[in-house]
Amino acid sequence: MLQKLLHLTSRRTGRGLSSTALQGERICIVGAGPAGFYAAQLLLKQLENCRVDIVEKLPVPFGLVRFGVAPDHPEVKNVINTFTKTAEHPRLRFFGNVSLGKDISLSELRERYHAVLLTYGADQDRQLEVANEEQAHVISARKFVAWYNGLPGAENLQPDLSGRDVTIVGQGNVAVDVARMLLSPIDRLKVTDTTEYALEALSRSQVERVHLVGRRGPLQAAFTIKELREMLKLPNVKTQWRIQDFEGIAAQVDKLPRPRKRLTELMLKSLEEQKSSSDREKHFLPVFLRAPKQIEKSEMEFSVTELQQNSAVATDQTERLPAHLILRSIGYKSSQADKDINFDDRRGHVKNIDGRVLKSNGSDEVDAGLYVAGWLGTGPTGVILTTMNTAFAVAKTISEDIKNQIFDTKSIKPGLQVEELPQTVTWKHWQRIDSHEQKLGQAKGKPREKIVSIDEMLKVAGI
Amino acid sequence: MICLLFRQSRNSTQFFQKQFIKPAQKVLLGANRRLHTTRCKWSGESDSGTRINYYSFILSVLQHGEYEWQDPKSADEIVNIIYIDKDGKRFKVQGKVGDNVLYLAHRHGIEMEGACEASLACTTCHVYVQHDYLEKLNEADEKEDDLLDMAPFLRENSRLGCQIHLDKTMEGMELELPKATRNFYVDGHKPKPH
Repeated sequence: MLQKLLHLTSRRTGRGLSSTALQGERICIVGAGPAGFYAAQLLLKQLENCRVDIVEKLPVPFGLVRFGVAPDHPEVKNVINTFTKTAEHPRLRFFGNVSLGKDISLSELRERYHAVLLTYGADQDRQLEVANEEQAHVISARKFVAWYNGLPGAENLQPDLSGRDVTIVGQGNVAVDVARMLLSPIDRLKVTDTTEYALEALSRSQVERVHLVGRRGPLQAAFTIKELREMLKLPNVKTQWRIQDFEGIAAQVDKLPRPRKRLTELMLKSLEEQKSSSDREKHFLPVFLRAPKQIEKSEMEFSVTELQQNSAVATDQTERLPAHLILRSIGYKSSQADKDINFDDRRGHVKNIDGRVLKSNGSDEVDAGLYVAGWLGTGPTGVILTTMNTAFAVAKTISEDIKNQIFDTKSIKPGLQVEELPQTVTWKHWQRIDSHEQKLGQAKGKPREKIVSIDEMLKVAGI
Repeated sequence: MICLLFRQSRNSTQFFQKQFIKPAQKVLLGANRRLHTTRCKWSGESDSGTRINYYSFILSVLQHGEYEWQDPKSADEIVNIIYIDKDGKRFKVQGKVGDNVLYLAHRHGIEMEGACEASLACTTCHVYVQHDYLEKLNEADEKEDDLLDMAPFLRENSRLGCQIHLDKTMEGMELELPKATRNFYVDGHKPKPH
């Protein structure tokens, strides 16, 4: 297949493309999320002649900015404007709807580009590894987020929101996002780009109490202050802490570093204020020092834990929490998109040093010309700033390796050609989808109504 | 209040820009110089914060960063500051009263990101402010402090660039960009010194 494609390309080259268009380094980035776009931005800036192609599995760009960031955080999505500027750079091309490992293999990409940078993120989640986890009322927070954000394939999740109690296992910002979506007044969500089917389901939701359970204590809470404050300000929702979780906490506040101190102070203040009675309808219930033990129908059993040197150790005591729906939110992990990727199954990321992918032979030897950035390389932690910093760092590494001639950049590489992949969604196609979505949204007072079906996306794009 | 309304979403800002920017721009830019000298009585609130609100308003009316691309109209408006980038390189920059230091950095090609476009939703414009100048800045509000808590390498002189608007007292101020990254060496690898 590759031979045929290369042949096609060389014929085309002979016909029209000038030789200058073939000079410069060709770099392929796999994954059009924040890591991919930030890396592209810096590569285009640092390497004057390089040409960057971004390959994306979905027909639409922006990864977790579109499918992860909560719909009620539109400001965070402003970064799309920066990414769009990058995408419209004359030396960048977007290949949407092209899937690594399916439509094109890593070895083909490496034949066609001087360097390949993998930034396809983390599309799986970590399991609790307790009995009955496969039951229908246990779903991952990742899938729930994908559902309300309109990730193709997630629209049929049908979370059961008919019970009063939801228990979320995990206390990171994803967990808090999910809790906020479940507890928010529906009118607050109607003006966001939450998908229509999710709004419909949430408007019929009977959920009144959301438990947010963590293995460790308040001083180890994984959510950040911005997200907590948002919860505390949510209309008609009362945050109810457990007094016993905070024994001895106040005495430690002064010794804490600033971010932890401010977060703990906010929790203590909220705890203090909760004594006053409230007629609010819904409850947000953070629960500390509980580790998942087993899952039952409408209930979940936790081991009571104790902190020993900052880690949670289960005791013999247990507690059951009501849970008509259980959301697992204990972290994401990546998957191996192509058999040739040196993937660490246990950690769920690509093996690398400073973003340089290691060879599969178990050594510390670098596979020259192959890179990884974003969650696929670092593991799924950190906010957009973290991803930006690491993506910039890897892009700098690539530039330096090119300047130091660590791998070949002199030979002529054909890159991908849109004509060879007829289902490719180019940036022009995406712009059609984008404006169509915005138009659909406008009629409903939303920033956009996301198209969820891939066939529909392709139809709107005119493919 | 008006600012908040306009900053609710990009969409409403865009809508507003389309509907009102042409007529409003003239009025506001006319008012601009006057307000610089009278220190803004925009909403009748007391001094601190009002100035910021006023400029935020200007910024939400103009395209993001557009104001920073206008040259100072007189010597009175000029404020010289210094950026120090991630590699320690110093950039002397001539700004003017009212400039947002995030967009001023963009104008001069200094690598300060602004992912959320000054809407207080990220920390990509984190800077260290030279200590002597800290007190000349408006105090960080709760939202800015909450975001700073997420910034790697937080220091007591940390601020978000997008929340700093120049005035004459900031002449000579140095703003330093934090160095690089954390959380990157997931395998416990220690980077070798170059």
